[in-house]
Amino acid sequence: MSRIDEAELVARLKAGDQAAYAQLVEENAARIYRLALRMMGNETDAEDVLQETFLSAFKAIDSFEERSSLSTWLYRIATNAALMRLRRNEPEQVSVDEPIERDDGDLLPRQFFDFCCLPEADLLRDEARAEMERAIEELPATLRSVFILRDIEGLSTEETANALDLSISAVKSRLMRARLKLRERLSAYFSHGPVIPETRE
Amino acid sequence: MSPAERPHTHNRETCRHYLESLGDYVDGTLSADLCDELEAHMAICENCRVVVNTLAKTISLYRQMPSPELPSAVKERLFAVLDLKPYIDPESNISTPKE
Repeated sequence: MSRIDEAELVARLKAGDQAAYAQLVEENAARIYRLALRMMGNETDAEDVLQETFLSAFKAIDSFEERSSLSTWLYRIATNAALMRLRRNEPEQVSVDEPIERDDGDLLPRQFFDFCCLPEADLLRDEARAEMERAIEELPATLRSVFILRDIEGLSTEETANALDLSISAVKSRLMRARLKLRERLSAYFSHGPVIPETRE
Repeated sequence: MSPAERPHTHNRETCRHYLESLGDYVDGTLSADLCDELEAHMAICENCRVVVNTLAKTISLYRQMPSPELPSAVKERLFAVLDLKPYIDPESNISTPKE
């Protein structure tokens, strides 16, 4: 959407135009659902987060100041809703002041298997995809949100910082930690070779 | 640390020092100076070379991962919860492109 279209849409939203609300939902529901599903790891919670995001957005539209795009603003509401729900479900997993410089030792690479040379068919098989999804789910939530927005949804570092209310350097640091953890995990997985299901007696 | 370091002298402190730059390196946003330094190090450090390659591959595999779609039942319930049911467009493409 061009800026002019977006400015018009914001004006219509603020005026309470129902068709504008519907357009906002139509244009953003799929990406918010993707984010929610990857943050929460299950469809029921993802749907709750999706609904909560738009209900909150409709209530807060008057305070939207257009310092970011509507989609970044929605990502921000959705991430907050997801993190709040995760904290409620597993408070020990999502501490507010997590993570940063605590576990540098953890970040030092330990796996040095060069899986780049594996055939694409092995890297892209369903089982490898399932492992990749599990690996995201097992990241600490504060790293997961950065990785999803930056590397999966393709937001810029600045947009990610804006959506998560983090500094640029915090985004970079969390992104690096997330990427290194995922690399470590995929290296370990691929180093065992593709597991081809065998049928045996 | 000098890139003239002997091959096979694997100094973990040197590698740890470069670890922080890898994100910018794979994103193509590392400064030219640091980039040269890191590449000189990778030329003599097999482990760092593997880490950089597999890090870039990890990111690219995730970027290629198919996106989950918004199920139409979930979309219908969303429009209902938001009191927007009359506006639901059954013909619309329910998956929005990535940013």
